[in-house]
Amino acid sequence: MTTTAGHQAPQTEHPPATEHAGATVELTGLRRRFGATQALDGFTLTLQPGELVALLGPSGCGKTTALRVLAGFETVDSGRIVVDGVDQSRIPAQRRDMGMVFQSYSLFPNMTALDNVAFGLRMRKVSSQERRARALEQLDLVGLAPEAAKYPHQMSGGQQQRVALARALAIEPRVLLLDEPLSALDAKVRVQLREQIRVLQTRLKITTLFVTHDQEEALSMADRVCVMRSGQIEQVDTPSTLYSAPATPFVAEFVGTMNRIPGVITDDGRVSLLGTVVDIRTAVVGSGFGGNAVIASGTPVDVLVRPEGLAVTPSPEGRGIVMTTTFLGSITRLGVLLDQDVMVYADLSNSAVAVPTGSAVEVTLTERSVMVADRTESGGPVAAPLEVPASDD
Amino acid sequence: MVALIESPTVFDLEDRLARPRRPWSRVRLRNIAWWRGIVLVLTGAFFLVPLFAALRFSLQNFAGGLTFSAYTAIPSQLGFTAALSLSVRLAAVTTGITLGLMVPTSVYVHLRLPRLRPVFDSITIIPIVIPPVVLIVGVLQVAPTFLKSTPYLLALEYTILAMPFVYRSLDAGLRAIDLKTLVEASRSLGGGWRSTLWRVIVPNLRTGILSATVLTIALVLGEFTMASLDLYQTVPVWIYQFAQDDGHVSTAVSLLALLVTWVVLMVISSLDLRRIRKMAETRRGA
Repeated sequence: MTTTAGHQAPQTEHPPATEHAGATVELTGLRRRFGATQALDGFTLTLQPGELVALLGPSGCGKTTALRVLAGFETVDSGRIVVDGVDQSRIPAQRRDMGMVFQSYSLFPNMTALDNVAFGLRMRKVSSQERRARALEQLDLVGLAPEAAKYPHQMSGGQQQRVALARALAIEPRVLLLDEPLSALDAKVRVQLREQIRVLQTRLKITTLFVTHDQEEALSMADRVCVMRSGQIEQVDTPSTLYSAPATPFVAEFVGTMNRIPGVITDDGRVSLLGTVVDIRTAVVGSGFGGNAVIASGTPVDVLVRPEGLAVTPSPEGRGIVMTTTFLGSITRLGVLLDQDVMVYADLSNSAVAVPTGSAVEVTLTERSVMVADRTESGGPVAAPLEVPASDD
Repeated sequence: MVALIESPTVFDLEDRLARPRRPWSRVRLRNIAWWRGIVLVLTGAFFLVPLFAALRFSLQNFAGGLTFSAYTAIPSQLGFTAALSLSVRLAAVTTGITLGLMVPTSVYVHLRLPRLRPVFDSITIIPIVIPPVVLIVGVLQVAPTFLKSTPYLLALEYTILAMPFVYRSLDAGLRAIDLKTLVEASRSLGGGWRSTLWRVIVPNLRTGILSATVLTIALVLGEFTMASLDLYQTVPVWIYQFAQDDGHVSTAVSLLALLVTWVVLMVISSLDLRRIRKMAETRRGA
């Protein structure tokens, strides 16, 4: 990973930081209820040493609760939290050795950046001379040594979060916990800081749990992404697997942009949509598609297709009308209204012919096999690959 | 016949905004400003005229001329030094007890019992509505025996009396900081509760604590009823009793007490004002 031009690259310009042996974290069967809300419902996740796992999900899915439980700020109704084989359930937060960076600016306003970073070392009774040296080293690591004497209110949001990161790293934590640390920052600073966090985390080999609701952050930073919904894990996988082979319709639609296009199962076990018939690559299992059951002919299904899986060509007889065009840098995303009020999004290379809003277009599939989901089901537990022979249709 | 009611449109709004302001609205504004001035002058007169009258009286000799003899005679007056010493000691002890009790309590309520905050708001108002006699009797019921025969019993009574003001000052201070995050940040770095309170919360609650201190000192230095009922001679009680012997000296002491209290409060307030100004300057410069 590289850093943005003009932004200091810690791996080349700063003194080597202490490497920590990452810890193994096992969260098993965590349950936590707040009144009527089941924040965690049998949450089980293992983090390997030095791994960065992102907890991704919509607001209220329980991701922050999971992080706070690991940090020791929340208790669980049941379940085990084990770090390097030691049960943490009865260990208070201040003795867990976990560095944490918070969503809101959490620097102590009455202390300078240096004192903030040295705070954890002071609590560990490190001598003042060593404390100062180590704090300066950590500030140098995040490129803020010249700002050591500044108070939080004299620093920008991005600088404050970098100091918060340095503060969390200064205590050489066994586990680094990041609770949406970038959400309050502007887009450019966010990208810079997430790269910096990833570089430091990889270099220091600290086991890291990172909470975010921003899928771009999760996919770009994490070794594995854990998608959560209603206190449960929907899928834990590498970012590429999560994108290309989502286990549930929820994951499919939450990660990246996904079109749901109505289709019908044909007699030969394929699916018909947009005037073509293609193979079923995966049936994302809903209530009607249990196990490896063959889907009955004529069953209405939703076909899940990414925007890059659709092609749009201008055609006066086309069945779609371009409703929106969104410039996204290298591509333009078109919003096309099809029959039956179905809205789909398709990516068009900027080198292709421009398609203005309001023009008639033909939308076709570029993929030869697709994922299908139960039309009425919005979520399911697992993905079951269907053994359907390939066809050249 | 059906009445046609047209809802206002954006165009109507634009039209209304484009219209020139009616002159009467300016007249009305000017009237309001004029009445504000009247209220300010009347309020100022209400406070300043008695003070001016007292000052004039304290500086007047029997022949109608000016003299500072009432002020120069204060230190030699019987019982004054003892009363002043007692008031200052009571102010210090009351402030200590009040802050020692109320800072951890307020922090605890904010962190652990935020839903009970309205209940605490109500409870802390009670000392204002309960008569001082009842408070004295209540304190006597629970006060340790060794305190009952000392003037420091008054400190306990003043602590209850100061509670509404102190709680509100601290509450406002705690609302102004992200207490939960600061505490959690401190704990995640290994800070125990004592370190967190002393090194993180108290310094950031400085404004609230200073306000609470100012109010407590002002209350103790000016309280008369409880001290009088408990038969202790604090400065207000001394002033009241001495007024019957020498009205000029008594008035001079009252004015000096007011001035000293005001100066103390200004000094305490300026401690925080200087910090706030410095922060504002650095913000402007950033």
